[in-house]
Amino acid sequence: MKKRRLDGWALITGLCFLFFLFFFLYPISRTLLNSIYDFTTGTFTLASFQKFFTKRYYTNTIWNSLKVTSLATLSTTFFGTTLAYLARTVKIKGKRVLDIVMLISVLSPPFIGAYSWIVLLGRAGVITNIINSLFGIQFQGIYGFSGILLVFTIKLSPLVYLYVSGALKNLDNSLNEAAESMGCTRIRKIFRIILPLILPTMLASALLVFMRALADFGTPMLIGEGYRTLPVLIYNSFVGEVTQDYSFASAISVIIVAFTTVIFLLQKYISGRVSIEMNAMNPLEPKKAMGVSNVLTHAYAYLFIILELLPIIVVAYNSFQNTQGTMFVEGFSLNSYIKAFSTMGSSIANTYLYSIIALAIILVIGILVSYSTIRRPSALTAILDTIIMFPYIIPGSVLGISMLLAFNHPPLTISGTAIIIIVAYVVRRLPYTIRSSSAILRQISTSVEEASQSLGASPTSTFGKVTVPMMISGVLPGALMSWMSIISELSASIMLYVGSTKTMTIAIYTEVIRGNYGVASALSTILICSTVLVLMIFFKLTGRTEIEL
Amino acid sequence: MSVTIKIDHALKKFGENTVIQDLSLSVREGEFFTLLGSSGCGKTTLLRMIAGFNTIEGGDFYFNEKRINDMPPHKRKIGMVFQNYAIFPHMDTFGNVAFGLKEQHVKEPELSRRVNEILDTVQISELRDRMPKNMSGGQQQRIALARAIVIEPDVLLMDEPLSNLDAKLRVEMRTAIKRIQNACKITTIYVTHDQEEALAISDRIAVMKKGEIQQVGTPMEIYQHPSNLFVATFIGQSSLLDATAVRSAGETAVKLFDGSVMRIPGMREDVPEEEVLKLCVRPNEFRFDSAGIEATVFERVFFGDAIRYTLTLNNGQNIEMKQDIHLPMAQVGEAVHVAFNVDVVNVFRASDEVSVMKDVIHA
Repeated sequence: MKKRRLDGWALITGLCFLFFLFFFLYPISRTLLNSIYDFTTGTFTLASFQKFFTKRYYTNTIWNSLKVTSLATLSTTFFGTTLAYLARTVKIKGKRVLDIVMLISVLSPPFIGAYSWIVLLGRAGVITNIINSLFGIQFQGIYGFSGILLVFTIKLSPLVYLYVSGALKNLDNSLNEAAESMGCTRIRKIFRIILPLILPTMLASALLVFMRALADFGTPMLIGEGYRTLPVLIYNSFVGEVTQDYSFASAISVIIVAFTTVIFLLQKYISGRVSIEMNAMNPLEPKKAMGVSNVLTHAYAYLFIILELLPIIVVAYNSFQNTQGTMFVEGFSLNSYIKAFSTMGSSIANTYLYSIIALAIILVIGILVSYSTIRRPSALTAILDTIIMFPYIIPGSVLGISMLLAFNHPPLTISGTAIIIIVAYVVRRLPYTIRSSSAILRQISTSVEEASQSLGASPTSTFGKVTVPMMISGVLPGALMSWMSIISELSASIMLYVGSTKTMTIAIYTEVIRGNYGVASALSTILICSTVLVLMIFFKLTGRTEIEL
Repeated sequence: MSVTIKIDHALKKFGENTVIQDLSLSVREGEFFTLLGSSGCGKTTLLRMIAGFNTIEGGDFYFNEKRINDMPPHKRKIGMVFQNYAIFPHMDTFGNVAFGLKEQHVKEPELSRRVNEILDTVQISELRDRMPKNMSGGQQQRIALARAIVIEPDVLLMDEPLSNLDAKLRVEMRTAIKRIQNACKITTIYVTHDQEEALAISDRIAVMKKGEIQQVGTPMEIYQHPSNLFVATFIGQSSLLDATAVRSAGETAVKLFDGSVMRIPGMREDVPEEEVLKLCVRPNEFRFDSAGIEATVFERVFFGDAIRYTLTLNNGQNIEMKQDIHLPMAQVGEAVHVAFNVDVVNVFRASDEVSVMKDVIHA
């Protein structure tokens, strides 16, 4: 009896292990190898690294990436944290709107921001024109470094906001009051009590911002102009108009992964040292502020609502404008939508089809793996638990190249099919699902499962009838988040798509590059509306008012 | 330095909802004063008004002669122990206890001396350099107490500090708290819903219900001479017997529901005839007797040092009786007669539930 049960879970763990080994570790290792090993001649060479490090053109790229990513991380952490603290402690009219706008902003496709800010603040931008005519200057619009930094800050501050806001929710107000009763108030209280307690969350969200900003391909591609970052370099050397240099792309991948690994380990080390468990019996209560501080707080919050909403409004507005070639002209119609459905209809269908299949696979593997690592721990599950987190530090473009290089020839030729895109989605999102499922499973007392077995249910039927139903309500929000980030995924799928497997994000990107802004806007609007619709259904069905990231 | 606390006509509203309407109270210097009541009675609200964490909508709060209504919490010189301890999770024991002293700019070596001294007092010196993460409830409780006392506050405020501990530890900690409070003589306000705990620990108790104080008195006064039916049934256990006031031999007496007439020595003489009354009898004041109220034994529970009977009276009502195990026992189903000690029963008017006993001090 006991042996059979053990074998069942060992088998599942083994299968998941093989899946991961084959679809993640194998392609990634091949890429690492590819950077120093020439497969055609069968020799080891450091030529690619030599090429990279000897040309200013390339080394500048590292510097560019690091500069804009680090500054974006600092500014988002600052803005996100201050806004979260204010919103949790000061009564803000429309706090719910702020929360929802922040959430939608996090979940909207990354490069919509870049596109919209060009429309607003670009060379011929709406705001640019107003400024230039008002002050009679020749402001050239934001491009390059400042443009990327602006878009990153606006796009990623909500991420920090949502995480820190969640941490502040778990901060017990008694701690605040205890500090105050002992004479520690205001700024001193923030620095001595509140910041140390939310530091682990701040670091974790800063890491996420860093990873996303470093790996973001769409934003620097659209708004960067001459400002070249690492993902752009990978893409160019890979799909390069002139030559395709796989080993050079691999070398850049290695360099990026080296950076993300260092940052990841650093964050782990620091949060491991300051990790704190909190559970609020009396959560913080927002209080009404008076006078100037009330006005400033509201101004700050509303500024963010506007900044986060603007890109979405711009895209929605553009989608209804009439176009002629690549120009927007007078009048409004649904022409862009009609064109989008007629020329890009398959990409819309692909997006929903692939994302739902990927989500189903993610949920099944996620629940099984988290169950076996927590309830049936073994040496194998420990290894699985560790390696399954690796995709955290692998940027999408690196994963994309790696999978393409590994699966464009026998034994498994799936490049150019839908399978390779779906697998990429699964690998990218799996760590998040496993993590949230594990957290939920830890909260479910084993005695519930034991009760089920004492009543005569077999372990298998206990798992199906008791454990999974109890987990599902906790897993669902994470699954929705996964689905929403899958439908806006670009950096891996752009490497893997062919004409017939194009998804909406790829279509939007290619249409923007071609100058078909109308169609791109229509597609973007459909994508954002899907996200908003799913969020609304989620809130309605669960009766929740917040979603945990 | 310890203070007296005086509250005049306190008013507390949460929005449109009035939680405390016109409450007055005074606490003596160095006293261990308990606010006792079931959840939602406003006791924690009142404590937090004294601490300064709740706003005061009306009335005046004084520490000695100083009005504190508009003083922020950290200026009130209070020490507070929270229900969930509120230990700073990112500081070790020393850091937690030293926190308030550092805020007062107390320098070494005095800082360490005072922290070590208080850790000795609450008997957790061995936890000095440990993080609170894996500490037991009792240990965290001691840190919270040390942290509140070490700053030598004028007033010590405790909000259900023992409610998260298990039964045995609760008894141990309340003895410790009482002893420490006795030693440092800080005026203390203690909030609890546990009447046994309140009786054991307090110098005086205020029993609260729906934002109003029902009675203030020493534990003994409150237990023996409850001012109304609520206090009588909330503190300790009681059985209530229906009766009416009668005149017997020129004196005021009561006629029980079964027709028997008896004189209650402590009852006031001015109770009018025919007044409907409730007699309140503690379980240990009943005894089996040859004559007395007829009853049938419904249930018998063994408690080690005592036996507890549930008896059914002729009118269908159940009463509780507690008896020493050395006395003769009755069997379940047996018909018995019970009498009670008339010197210690309390009598209440049925109409407004107020006591009609001579010795009662009304709130």
